[in-house]
Amino acid sequence: MFVTAQRSADQLNLQLQGEWRAAQFSAIEAELNSIELSGARHARVAAGSALLDLSGAWLLREFLQRAHNAGVESSFEGAEPSALRLIERTYTGEMPAHVVRHEWLDPEQAVEQLGRRTVHNWLNLLDGLQFIGHVGVALARSLGGLRRLRATSIARHIYDTGITAIPIVSLIGFLISVILAYMGAQQLRRFGADIFVVDLVTVGVLRELGVLLTAIIVAGRSGSAFAAEIGAMQLNEEVDALEAIGIDPIEALVLPRVLGLLIALPLLTIIADLIGLVGGGLLCHALLHMPLLQYVARAQSAIASTTFWAGIIKAPVFAVMIALAGCYCGMRVHGSSRELGRLTTLAVVISIFGVLLADALFAVLFLQLDI
Amino acid sequence: MAALLEVQGIVTRFGTQTVHAGLDMRVEEGEVFGIVGGSGVGKSVLLRTILGLRRPEAGTVRFLGRDLHSMSAAALHALKASYGVTFQEGALFSALSVQQNVQAPMLEHWRLPGPALDELALLKVQLVGLPADAALKYPSQLSGGMIKRAALARALALDPRLLLLDEPTSGLDPISAAAFDELLLCLHQELKLTVVMITHDLDTIFRTCSRVGVIVAGRMISDTLAGILNNQDPWIRRYFHGARALERAGLAHGA
Repeated sequence: MFVTAQRSADQLNLQLQGEWRAAQFSAIEAELNSIELSGARHARVAAGSALLDLSGAWLLREFLQRAHNAGVESSFEGAEPSALRLIERTYTGEMPAHVVRHEWLDPEQAVEQLGRRTVHNWLNLLDGLQFIGHVGVALARSLGGLRRLRATSIARHIYDTGITAIPIVSLIGFLISVILAYMGAQQLRRFGADIFVVDLVTVGVLRELGVLLTAIIVAGRSGSAFAAEIGAMQLNEEVDALEAIGIDPIEALVLPRVLGLLIALPLLTIIADLIGLVGGGLLCHALLHMPLLQYVARAQSAIASTTFWAGIIKAPVFAVMIALAGCYCGMRVHGSSRELGRLTTLAVVISIFGVLLADALFAVLFLQLDI
Repeated sequence: MAALLEVQGIVTRFGTQTVHAGLDMRVEEGEVFGIVGGSGVGKSVLLRTILGLRRPEAGTVRFLGRDLHSMSAAALHALKASYGVTFQEGALFSALSVQQNVQAPMLEHWRLPGPALDELALLKVQLVGLPADAALKYPSQLSGGMIKRAALARALALDPRLLLLDEPTSGLDPISAAAFDELLLCLHQELKLTVVMITHDLDTIFRTCSRVGVIVAGRMISDTLAGILNNQDPWIRRYFHGARALERAGLAHGA
């Protein structure tokens, strides 16, 4: 029991008792709701030794307001509970208007939204171009003095994005050759063209898959890491601090990452190519019982002098795209940790998309150039 | 009657470095207790230990006579509803609006209908002196002072008996800090709150604290404010009688 109600004529006497705390919220609410108000003109509330916390006092206040609306005036016997007094003092200002939610199929609003999104995306595009330009200017400035190039920072990024990625990239290289060899052996054996499995594996790995899958792995590993690192620094106001000291954040944070990945990704690609070729030889030996020497001889005639270069030339392009996407997304983080997660995801999506798009363009270009 | 919060013989070590060497602390119901100490004496670590976030190398933390670190997980969870805490940087959940921040503990510990939750959260937001429209804002849209207040609103969400504050007025301008002190005093009086706060702000200490605990050499010297001012420990003397403190001490004695 939290409240006892007694009626004498039109006078309602309420005696509060016990601990009015949030834990008993529903019980108190039920008791207050069961009090009969009709016919009463005046309510006298005795708080006595009852303990009211804010939630309890709020419930009492809600009840008294309901009574007031029903024409029952209330007064306190003795002191008003302090928590209630505090609430009254708090509520002197206007209660806020509730948020207005628009109908989402309002055509007028749909047009407005479309316009807003278009302008927003256009500004984002300009922002991205400006970022790339800024990086270019910073690079040009840095090339003037070697001290500005931050060799230690570049070395750290080569280590983080390159050296530590060697195991996974090697494994990927091997797996590519497994996939190509199995698929090729199965299809080509039907034509008695087993020997062309070697062509498929070597050309496939060197021209396309070695560099492509390495770039995708690096986009997932390092593109996201760039975005998260720089984004966390943004949230921590470290980027602002750099700028305030007079250090260009693009020069200090973005450039070393771009240059580091520019060096690391081609090297990783070479490793993936190498492992892919070795794996291809082993699989041809295992699947087709082809002597290793024959594999080497066949590979030498299958690979033109341009095959390796047609693959490796893409690596720097992919590297720059991944690094720029990661750093750009990181620099755009503002405000909240949710933003950090969103932009890290976006960095990976943009960089993988960019890598695939560039690869397709390269394929068309090489066809036109007849390489 | 048992103290509301009793810390006994806390030993904290990080590697070979001993931060607390048998620290004792006792907070009675209805006190405003200030924890003072130089940088790196382990004030925030002590707070984390009291909260049950960190297990000390030795010693006990008793809340209402019950040992925090030998409690079952369920009992500890229930106990967490009876204290509210603010962290130094506010630690508001950045993905949630202020109102949702205040509701987060309510949703975890209470079973209330939605409209009542909204109203109660709004009440807490206004209680700490934030305008009602701040309730819908996100932490990244708030100023430093508003973040401190929003954090206090979240700490008050469950109507706790004990409020633990880590440097509540650091980073505030003197006017906002003074307003925060007044708010704290008002809540302390009206809600019969017990407050434990870590602070460097001498104004806050003189205005609000009924007792002060100073961490010196891994132990705590706690006394009434007047007692601490007359303490002969050299560090305490420098802290409370340094150039910056003298004027305020004079005011406090005069008052």
